[in-house]
Amino acid sequence: MGVHTIKMPDVGEGITEAEIVEWNVAVGDQVREDDVLAAVMTDKATVEIPSPVEGKIVSIDGEIGAMTAVGAAIVTIEVEGAGDTPKKKPAKAAPVKKETMPEPEKAVEKEPVAEAPPVTPVAAPKPVRSIPATNGPPRPEGEKSLASPSVRKRAMDAGIELVYVRGSGPAGRILHEDLDTYIAGKAEPVTSSFQPNNTITETKVIGLRRKIAERLQDAKSRIPHITYVDEVDMTELEELRAHLNKTKREDQPKLTILPFIMRAMVKALRAHPKLSAHFEDEAGIVRQFGAAHIGMAVQTANGLMVAVVRNAEARDIWDIAAEAQRLANAARDGTITREELTGSTITLTSLGTIGGIVSTPVINSPEVAIVGVNKIAMRPVYQDGTFVPRKIMNLSSSFDHRIIDGWDAAEFIQHIRGSLETPATLFMEP
Amino acid sequence: MNYLSCEVLVIGGGPGGYVTAIRAGQLGLDTILVEKKSVGGTCLNVGCIPSKAMIHIADEFEKVVKASKGKAPGISVKAPVVDLIGAVEWKDDIVRRLNGGVTSLLKKAGVTVINGQARMRDGKTCSVAAEKESFQIKAKFVVMAPGSEPVELEGLPFGGNVISSTQALMLEELPKNLVVVGGGYIGLELGTAFAKMGSKVTVLEASEQLLPQYDKEIANVVSRQLKKLGVDVRLSTYAGAMNAKGTAVEAVDSDNKTTKLDADKVLVTVGRKPRLDGWGLRELHLTMKDGFIDIDNECRTSMTDVFAIGDVTGEPMLAHRAMAQGEVVAELIAGKRRVFEPAAIPAVCFTDPEIVSVGLSPQEAQDAGHEVAIGKFPLPVLGRAMTLEADAGFVRVVARKDNELVLGIQAVGKNISEFASSFSLALEMGACLQDIASTIHAHPTQGEGIQEAAMLALGHGLHI
Repeated sequence: MGVHTIKMPDVGEGITEAEIVEWNVAVGDQVREDDVLAAVMTDKATVEIPSPVEGKIVSIDGEIGAMTAVGAAIVTIEVEGAGDTPKKKPAKAAPVKKETMPEPEKAVEKEPVAEAPPVTPVAAPKPVRSIPATNGPPRPEGEKSLASPSVRKRAMDAGIELVYVRGSGPAGRILHEDLDTYIAGKAEPVTSSFQPNNTITETKVIGLRRKIAERLQDAKSRIPHITYVDEVDMTELEELRAHLNKTKREDQPKLTILPFIMRAMVKALRAHPKLSAHFEDEAGIVRQFGAAHIGMAVQTANGLMVAVVRNAEARDIWDIAAEAQRLANAARDGTITREELTGSTITLTSLGTIGGIVSTPVINSPEVAIVGVNKIAMRPVYQDGTFVPRKIMNLSSSFDHRIIDGWDAAEFIQHIRGSLETPATLFMEP
Repeated sequence: MNYLSCEVLVIGGGPGGYVTAIRAGQLGLDTILVEKKSVGGTCLNVGCIPSKAMIHIADEFEKVVKASKGKAPGISVKAPVVDLIGAVEWKDDIVRRLNGGVTSLLKKAGVTVINGQARMRDGKTCSVAAEKESFQIKAKFVVMAPGSEPVELEGLPFGGNVISSTQALMLEELPKNLVVVGGGYIGLELGTAFAKMGSKVTVLEASEQLLPQYDKEIANVVSRQLKKLGVDVRLSTYAGAMNAKGTAVEAVDSDNKTTKLDADKVLVTVGRKPRLDGWGLRELHLTMKDGFIDIDNECRTSMTDVFAIGDVTGEPMLAHRAMAQGEVVAELIAGKRRVFEPAAIPAVCFTDPEIVSVGLSPQEAQDAGHEVAIGKFPLPVLGRAMTLEADAGFVRVVARKDNELVLGIQAVGKNISEFASSFSLALEMGACLQDIASTIHAHPTQGEGIQEAAMLALGHGLHI
């Protein structure tokens, strides 16, 4: 019998630590070669760690959500024959295991909330009244609450509505004890279509969610955002889009409005190149890109990802549409690569038909601009002495005010607006 | 003109109004009560109390009459004579004592009482024309408790020999032939009393059942007793006009046949209506509901800080309902959280035998969607009933079949009006059948019947 130690693998260039997001095994499990032991998360991608050997899990090290250095031992497996580790090592590791990887129940106990404060032995402890865990069965729908006048008055004085109190007396009568239980906050809720829900669910923020949280926190706290909103008359563009979708070839993708907006962004960036940039504030450098690598926010089951349409300036609308579609699919089915998720120089974000009328997008740091798309709605517009129905859409866009002045931001958006309102210009080269 | 201001202004000194005022005063609120006549309202002056006094006289007289006819066990007397003037004086003395009692309670609570006709100027201002001077009162909170008044029949307007219950309690001479129009509880209580004192009483009831607010099972017990007393009860019969001389009245039956009934007095008791006129209510344009002032469960009207309680707010028009509302309102004004949501309001009827009803009747319980268990125990089988010569009546308990929660209790029998307290208590406490069945009821009392009825509903009566 020997012991095999598995270390945190090197999962990408320059990465020094990775986060354990999932354990697929527990101590005592029998594993075979290539069984997945754990999933670890790096900057953008989740990597599964397979078992290189067959054997029994002796120890696992590292809580879910813990950042673990590359090269650190994370699993030891007892194997037939000689392992890769001297035998005495697991014996030494055993107490460590106890400390760092408690049973799930113990993990709750470790929460600081549950820690008992030190008791000052001054006064004799008050006798604790035993409170029933539950007080009476739930009341059937539509049943009136039943209580004696003194209970009703006490509840009234305490501002308690008896419809929310369960009764443990005969016929579900609410007793003084039931009121005590309710006031102590230990009561089960009554059955009613309207009932308070005082449950609190704690979820450890890990993986992609943690990444998103950190990045947004960083962006929001570092960058002084300026958000600019203007409306765009999309009537003509929508007609054109409908026409193109109707007459497109089989092999061409269906056009949403996003490729048009991306194309308008490309044209606007040509006039205002400093919007396609990264501001590395710590180094004090603005890196302006000739390319328009447009990041597009994609909602996936795990959270928001930003996929990148590279060199949008070199693509026509059909090409942009096809690439955007491919990236969105890849993001949603999890096959998207790290490269496809990095390197954007400006970002476009849209919630489609639920885009609302105004939003305040957060800049995808270290970029300096993000264009937000709100929903298109038919609105009355005063034109040539009369009201006409027009399809109006707002663009809500944020800029890094350290680098971009309000004037430049406005001009950039007005350029996009101009292109979208006269869609023919979108097809004019360059 | 005297200009006054106060926190609480109560319009009407009946049971609702005076209770509101006393409680408000006790809670330290600056309170003014306006009453046109004497405090105590209909109940104390011309309703519950004086009628019970007269019913008592009638009962006592009837006992002596029975004894003089050799029908009272162990007693023999000569034929008695009723002294109506003496009876009315005695009754008036009771009323006076109670008036004085209420007045001193109001005084003790620090309430200012102004005698005169109130007239609302706006929701918070009221002018009062008193005998010698007039007042204008401005209040933060107004509680309207104007009460109700007897309904008049178009064909038989009050006046002359057509009297309401109020005049019936002041008669100085016993009518030889009394026609009672309306077989509800007021008509039957007074009709029975006059019959016992020696009047020939005819009751005309337009519907096909006496005491229409009670179920037939109960009404039948009273009907049988009326027959024994020699009261002529005519159902599905309308009253026509009185002749010019005021000595006879027409009765029209369901076949449209008209009979002439001799009557030296016609007592019209066809119901009561809320007092909506004569005090400036209509100009306030409060939201109304079915002809009454609409209130919520805090007795609030549609106008801010204007409350209404008692008969003017709807059925049941009973003094104890108004009193309970008054207490709630005074405490609400004092800043407490209160609602008027009783489990039950008992109703008592002093016919012979008496009736008590609390909560739902069997039919009402079924209509409310409950599967019901009923326990009905006949009172005459009880030892105590026999010693009281109580030969009719029962106690009936109505409960839910599923959880045995008591939904209603009714009783009809001699002296059982006092049962009302225990019935109400059971309902307010949310009693189940077993609660009543397991409570020891004193022997020998008629109350044993309550326990037995609960046992019967549980399927195991003991004495039956």
